[in-house]
Order: sequence, then C-alpha cells, then structure tokens
Amino acid sequence: MSDSPITFYRLQACPFCERVTRRLQEYGLDYESRFVEPMHSERNVVKRISGKRSVPAIVDENTGVTMSESGNIVEYLDREYGEGSDGSRSSSERTSDGGERSRSEREETGGEA
Amino acid sequence: MDLDFDVVDLGPADHPEEGDEAPDFTRPLVNHEYWGDVSLDEVVAREDDPTVLLFHPMDGAFPATYVWNEVRDRGWVEDATVVGLSISTPYAHERLLEERDLEGEVELFSDPGNGVAEAYGIAHDLDGMEGIEEPRPAVFVLDDDRTVEYAWVATEWPDLPDYDEVESAFR
Repeated sequence: MSDSPITFYRLQACPFCERVTRRLQEYGLDYESRFVEPMHSERNVVKRISGKRSVPAIVDENTGVTMSESGNIVEYLDREYGEGSDGSRSSSERTSDGGERSRSEREETGGEA
Repeated sequence: MDLDFDVVDLGPADHPEEGDEAPDFTRPLVNHEYWGDVSLDEVVAREDDPTVLLFHPMDGAFPATYVWNEVRDRGWVEDATVVGLSISTPYAHERLLEERDLEGEVELFSDPGNGVAEAYGIAHDLDGMEGIEEPRPAVFVLDDDRTVEYAWVATEWPDLPDYDEVESAFR
C-alpha cells in the first residue's frame, strides 16, 4: 500500500473514528486509512496489530506507537504533533517501548465501536 | 453461445490495446480484512508477476459469480496478481470474496461512480436501471509498468472472457 507513516484503522461513519480523522487533518499528518468491517468479530486485522478489536486504532511508525481508543489517540496526537510538541522524531525513544498501548488498554472506556 | 435470437450488440469500445499504457487510477481496494485507497500503479509494481485486471458486472449477478469461480478454480493467483473491479461497494466486495472462497487470493477495487470504466473507454449504460452504469466485462493483462499485454472487452451483452486466451497471456 502507500508509505504513509501513520496507518489508521477505522469504520465508516463511526464518530469516534471521525474525531481522530479531524485531529490527523488538523495537524496535516500523512496517514493511510484502512476501513474494516462493522462486525466486531470480523476485525482480525485490528486485533492482530493492537491486541483487541476496537476501532479507531492507529499505528504510528514515526514513534513505534500502536494504540486504540479515540480519547487516548487524540491525546497522543496532541502531545506528539500539536502546538508545543517537540516534533515527531525526537520523541520516538520515549514512546517506542509500547508504554502507550498498555496505558490505552487500562483506560479503556465503554462505548467505542 | 448458440442462441436462436440475437444477443445485444454493444459495438466496438475505444479501450487501451496491447502495447498501450493502461490508465492509472486510485480507488478503495478491498481484501478480506479491510479496504483503503490504492493505485493500480502500486498493485502492478508490487510483485514481479503480471497483473490481471478484471472488470465485471456488479457483485451479486451471475456473471460475477461465474467469472470468479472460474478464476479460483483455474488458480490464476499462482501465476499472476489478480484484481477485480465493479461498481459494487466495498461491503459487497467483502461478501463476494467470502462467498466465492477467494479470501486472501484476490482483491477488488470498488468504483461506484464508474469513473475507471470511463477512463478505459468501456462504460456501459444499463437498460432499465436509470442512473446506474457499470463497466463492460473486460480483462486486461498488464506488465509491471502498466503496459497492456492482452486486452479483451465485451462487444455483446452478456459476455464472458475466453479464459484460456487470457491465461495464455500470462502463463
């Protein structure tokens, strides 16, 4: 597929996913969308990359971060790419240990697709 | 086919011929797990083998079923990258891949606006389905810089490709 550093797993018309879309666009980030099936049980590709079947989920090759849950993703994007962030590459060591993923799992709230 | 009536004559189509460069396009490409925008150029460049680009009537009608059963049974994917295209939505494409037992074998472009067929000169207005058009059945075998090595476009409706002939272009 394309060489975008950010892969974004999403559902059509999922407001949580659109929330992430808006942020990605706001920061002018290059991303590749992969739309998955609405049926939760058929989202094996998401399970494989993130450990669970919920969307939205992103894989950011800039930092090595994989995470799901829109609140966490938006927070992550703000921190990584928002105003006052120290840029994408310089912080890769800080987040490439997978710490973000366990955090997002811990904080998972109900209600997402 | 030997029928005692005339099938519909679609006339000649102004499509890319052998030696021409097939027009590039980007559309959602559906595999068994997800879909995303992919260009034809990316598909042909992926591997060393030839690419079979197969335009078929919308998913659900008998021609789509016949064509994909045949492609599967003949094992085209062993020697070529096989991609299909119809006006059906990605959701319908997911069903087709599942029902025809093609998961992980072929991928399908979704082009509800029929723009790709326009670019290939093979658009077909469907009688009795106002507002809907789709590609004529067509097969293009492409090398890895999109040069057409074999082209077949239906001139009758309905019509199905000559599978042996297509095969001889890439095997």
